[in-house]
Amino acid sequence: MTDAQFKTDQAHLHHLTLAQLSAGLHAKRFSSVELTRYFLQRIERLNPALNALITVTAEHALASAVAADRQLASGMAGPLSGLPLVHKDIFCTDGVLTTCGSRMLSNFVAPYDAAVVERLARAGMVMLGKANMDEFAMGSSNENSYYGAVKNPWHPAKIPGGSSGGSAASVAARLAPAATGTDTGGSLRQPAAMTSLTGFKPTYGRVSRYGMIAFASSLDQAGTLTFTARDAALLLSAMAGFDPRDSTSVDTPVPDYAAALEQPLSGLKIGLLQEFFDTGLDEAIAKQVREALRIFQKLGAQLVEVSLPSLPLSVPTYYVVAPAEAASNLSRYDGVRFGYRCTEPRDLEDLYLRSRGEGFGAEVKRRIMIGTYVLSKGYYDAYYLRAQKVRRLITDDFARAFREVDVLIGPTTPTTAFDLGAKLDDPVTMYLNDIYTVGASLAGLPAISIPCGFCHDLPVGLQIMGPHFAEAKVLNVAHQFQRETAWHRRIPDGYQ
Amino acid sequence: MNLTSDDVKNIAQLARLAITPSEVPVYAQSLSKIISMVEQLHLADVAHVEPMAHPLAAQVQRLRADAVEDCDQRDKYQANAARVEAGLYLVPKVID
Repeated sequence: MTDAQFKTDQAHLHHLTLAQLSAGLHAKRFSSVELTRYFLQRIERLNPALNALITVTAEHALASAVAADRQLASGMAGPLSGLPLVHKDIFCTDGVLTTCGSRMLSNFVAPYDAAVVERLARAGMVMLGKANMDEFAMGSSNENSYYGAVKNPWHPAKIPGGSSGGSAASVAARLAPAATGTDTGGSLRQPAAMTSLTGFKPTYGRVSRYGMIAFASSLDQAGTLTFTARDAALLLSAMAGFDPRDSTSVDTPVPDYAAALEQPLSGLKIGLLQEFFDTGLDEAIAKQVREALRIFQKLGAQLVEVSLPSLPLSVPTYYVVAPAEAASNLSRYDGVRFGYRCTEPRDLEDLYLRSRGEGFGAEVKRRIMIGTYVLSKGYYDAYYLRAQKVRRLITDDFARAFREVDVLIGPTTPTTAFDLGAKLDDPVTMYLNDIYTVGASLAGLPAISIPCGFCHDLPVGLQIMGPHFAEAKVLNVAHQFQRETAWHRRIPDGYQ
Repeated sequence: MNLTSDDVKNIAQLARLAITPSEVPVYAQSLSKIISMVEQLHLADVAHVEPMAHPLAAQVQRLRADAVEDCDQRDKYQANAARVEAGLYLVPKVID
């Protein structure tokens, strides 16, 4: 390679997808060390204004890159070898600070790697750092972080979405070509919609939760933030699979996600959820979604109106089930074995009360209290048990819809990214922002958000949901849309 | 549904969360709003509906062999504790 060629490549490395960077590494156009240094420099220059990363692991990254280059030189390297990414700070990383966006874990150095971290490292990927997030993944704006709010690269006064807001901002600003994240009620899809990325939540149980700090165990699922559906398929192939260390990990074979991407969409039946186009949806977003649907029709898909009558109850159901599970999961933070401990505790009770009172932020405490209330004597039947029953009604509605259609398509969020601080004082308004994403979470379905346009100069996301374990179909539909459109190639001003 | 200050204090105590007197009315207001929102659940007819605890119906809890799998990692784990001594976690005296 000539110096001139190398310079051209180097000037645009952040414009390339994982698949393109992989091709470049395998063709020896640049090395993993060069790629890693390139993104570390972007992080150094651009992260301070965004606050997207809590920890930068430069030394660790360069060591992994050196190892990846050896693999690449030997000709034994896989498709992900040498590619950099950032991990949401909810994934345990051996020997590296793992905060979960909380003061409670601001001193926690994880003693082992999460399954996701382990699998991607084994595939040769290079961790650049740990991404900011809403504390314990509770939030839709990334404003609930002990480490401060994250800015949206598309507009510095707007939220990037949450809870995987730091992961989304990192990828949108091209500080990394991909990021991991988690989705409990929309925490990958909603930030993807608000930052013009592809955010993918696989089926519950598809990716191991081992080493992923628990929020709501019957909903939590790891996934990805990338530029394209092709890149999501590439990452998922390495992340998915059975893990005996997670009791709800599913023991079904992992198909070749990349192979299914090119299937034509002629004859595909797309369900339009009437409930998603009802009141509350920004008309400008509805217009972008309708235009996207016309593209699918052009590709030969058939649109079918479907109704899920219980779906409007998904937000109240979610805000009982998730806090109840959180109240139980977060009882482990007692100031004794790890995490924050208050100073000068009077007695053991005081140690528990103040370590938790001081270690958790306002939203986390609010959700623990909601969870405690709905599980308490006299209220359990009226709230928690009832929510579990409505959860079944919602899940049954989805199952019925998937007997008629292959995928369901609609908006990801009711509005574009809102102003920082706009909804902080009103948790219910904030929660209603999750209206289109929590349904798939309650039913455990795979769902993706992909860029489908802009309104008021802010990105709009299109959501595609499929039946359990139909990851390949969801990715196929998303990829075919991205072949016809260029929204996913747009880069925010100042980050080009 | 309106939660009183006493309700909030009771819930915080059950959850072992110290909250300041000035936080009590703030939580009373926001928790009341959330509980009012989730009361929409009463619109659903749930007679004869089985509660659902888990999204994958076919999934059964796996059991593993009762055998030692992990090696001793006490020192590594205790490096994260606020106070340890001789391999023990230290907390304020419980019994006089």
